[in-house]
Amino acid sequence: MSDSKSTDSETADLDTFRGETRAWLEANCPPEMRKPATSDADVFWGGRNTKLSSEPQRIWFERMRDKGWTVPDWPKEYGGGGLSAAEHKVLRAEMAKMGARPPLSSFGIWMLGPALLKYGNEAQKKEHLPKIAAGLIRWCQGYSEPNAGSDLASLQTRAEGDGDDFIITGSKIWTSYANYADWIFCLVRTDPAAKKHDGISFILFDMASKGVSTKPILLISGYSPFCETFFDGVRVPKSHVVGTVNRGWDVAKYLLQHERAMISGMGERGVGRPLGQIAADSVGTDAQGRLDDSMLRAEIAGFDVDEAALAACAERAVDLAKAGQAHPAFSSAMKYYGTELNKRRYEILMSAGGIDALEWESERSKQGARPRAWLRTKANSIEGGTSEVMLGIVAKRILDLPGA
Amino acid sequence: MALVLTEEQSMLRDSARGLISDKAPVSHLRHLRDSKDPAGFSKELWHAFAEMGFAGLLVPEEFGGSGLGFMEAGVVMEEIGRTLMPSPFLATSVVAASALNRGGNAAQKSDYLPKISNGSLLATLAVDEGAKHRPLQTSLRAVRAGNGFKLSGAKALVVDGHVADLLIVAARTAGSAGEREGLTLFLVNPAAKGVAVERTIMVDAHNAARIEFANVEVNADSVLGEVDQGATLLDGVLDIGRGAVAAEMVGLSDEVFNRTVEYLKSRKQFGKLIGEFQALQHRAAELYVDIEITRAATMKALQALGADVAKAASAVAVAKARACTTATRAVQEGVQMHGGMGMTDQFDIGFFMKRARVCEELFGDANYHTEQLARARGY
Repeated sequence: MSDSKSTDSETADLDTFRGETRAWLEANCPPEMRKPATSDADVFWGGRNTKLSSEPQRIWFERMRDKGWTVPDWPKEYGGGGLSAAEHKVLRAEMAKMGARPPLSSFGIWMLGPALLKYGNEAQKKEHLPKIAAGLIRWCQGYSEPNAGSDLASLQTRAEGDGDDFIITGSKIWTSYANYADWIFCLVRTDPAAKKHDGISFILFDMASKGVSTKPILLISGYSPFCETFFDGVRVPKSHVVGTVNRGWDVAKYLLQHERAMISGMGERGVGRPLGQIAADSVGTDAQGRLDDSMLRAEIAGFDVDEAALAACAERAVDLAKAGQAHPAFSSAMKYYGTELNKRRYEILMSAGGIDALEWESERSKQGARPRAWLRTKANSIEGGTSEVMLGIVAKRILDLPGA
Repeated sequence: MALVLTEEQSMLRDSARGLISDKAPVSHLRHLRDSKDPAGFSKELWHAFAEMGFAGLLVPEEFGGSGLGFMEAGVVMEEIGRTLMPSPFLATSVVAASALNRGGNAAQKSDYLPKISNGSLLATLAVDEGAKHRPLQTSLRAVRAGNGFKLSGAKALVVDGHVADLLIVAARTAGSAGEREGLTLFLVNPAAKGVAVERTIMVDAHNAARIEFANVEVNADSVLGEVDQGATLLDGVLDIGRGAVAAEMVGLSDEVFNRTVEYLKSRKQFGKLIGEFQALQHRAAELYVDIEITRAATMKALQALGADVAKAASAVAVAKARACTTATRAVQEGVQMHGGMGMTDQFDIGFFMKRARVCEELFGDANYHTEQLARARGY
């Protein structure tokens, strides 16, 4: 970067890429896909059993998939777009500018993929990554267990060796969309005698395997995005272990960084129109055109400041990573702030909506979309490690404060 | 553009840090304060600064400067914030230099910019009149008289006002307080008849002054920019100043935070290092996150200023608002976590708290900038 000539030519190349990308998106993104999803059916998760909910959704997904842009920064050989970090940033910015929806939402993309790229062997990469990119297999995550919570390493699900296979017995909880998933990436205890973190392996298996069952958990939002998942002597080939047996904690931690980065993104993920305007619609404005509730207006403006600042920080986190200057625990800092901010956003949205935001079952409220989303956000600062756990990680790993 | 320092910017930071931490640690400010130094800053150090090219950092090369950008100015400001070094850098090299560079005609530029670059001329912007920063509320009058104008009114919190060789004064040539139209910037010699400068010793022991103008005569050549159309020039210059102050506040916050974390690692109570207590760990971690987010927002603002000053207002508002709240939190936590020691004058922490308070008011506090953002977003 110190050579100004190479910087100039890089900038020129990026400008070209930006122009081409914009033109391609303009020509290929259907107008229906340029507004925020309003219901779960609008989100395409891929997998053996999911259907595309509309023709525009199908067109958009297939065009993006064919370009490798469901996973723009993965290598082309695994179904990705092969974009550099800078190009990926441009693509995201251009998509955000036109409000283009992600063509495919998937834990395979956000979480498993990066872990496989780093820790998977060649056979595993070839087997799984292209199917994730093409939306053929939907994954779920088997991390948390009953009574473990954020103390993830205390997990009890055990995998006992039997020839070339493991026999897995135990249960998981909070497995998001396990009832829709095709495969699971799962943490299991392969050495019960070892220290807490040292006897864990990271293993992949088909949810259709004999002995796997799931049960949805009804939440305060009235939805059940999470499940309890039971393994009753599930037989899985040992070759499905990612990385080294008993060293699964390394993979798990790496994946958690991606999960946290993904969750932290919620804090800066706008809901379409600016909050101040959404609020003005329901609260009204005064003679000067200002939101007619000065305390709410101040609250929103304070939120906007923090949201814009967090967006800058997220951008900087990517730039730092690219420059090799990122602290590996920084995703915990972002996760903490992003989730707290997202909770604030929904508190404001509820406050702005007033009585209208309290309707739960009606056409007008889209079956209570706003209050259900508000309730859903309360999990943000719990899932993927609580805010308190994140602050503990920052205190110990970044600030190097003493104590176990 | 990436939000990380380039290699050149890191080198600039290292050389600024070397000079400042060596020649102007917090004890330097303490000495100036205790000795009631008449200038309030070290002229010798300012000349060393100029020799290293810092005084003319934002001045184009054709006027003897180094022609660098706002990111670089921010890098220096951050280092100034770490030791609270009193210096004409903000008022002269950032704000006044930008005002002259952006609004000056050829003669004004060649008269003043080379002298700013070589450190021989100190200049400052005089804008605020009331207790709070409200540029459009300017009511200092400039009425036409003969070939020029007569200025009457008063200014407060004029940074370096008592040592400046040149004042850039926001005045009202038309309209009334609150209106955008009718503002004009004037270059005024503080030695002119009718100018009365009172050095105000402020809480942070940095330089500021109240200045009164009683029928001060200036000629037509002293108008900077266009008559009645000064608001836009003033907006841009103030935004540049705000970005720079935000950077100083990031440096100040980061320094007081680092000192506090070191203290948490060394101070024992109840038989434990106090840094082992989760209540303090979590507060320290929250503050760390706050500072990192504010740092990014400030870099974003400086970058936006570099790309186009006229389009940087919202990014600057975000940065200054964040810098104010973060600095408040950093200094308050700093004093609280240092316990009784933090309350003593002998300890440096209090100096950071005082400087933070002044930086908050300078060019608009968090409320002011949050309000600006709300207006810009139309609600």
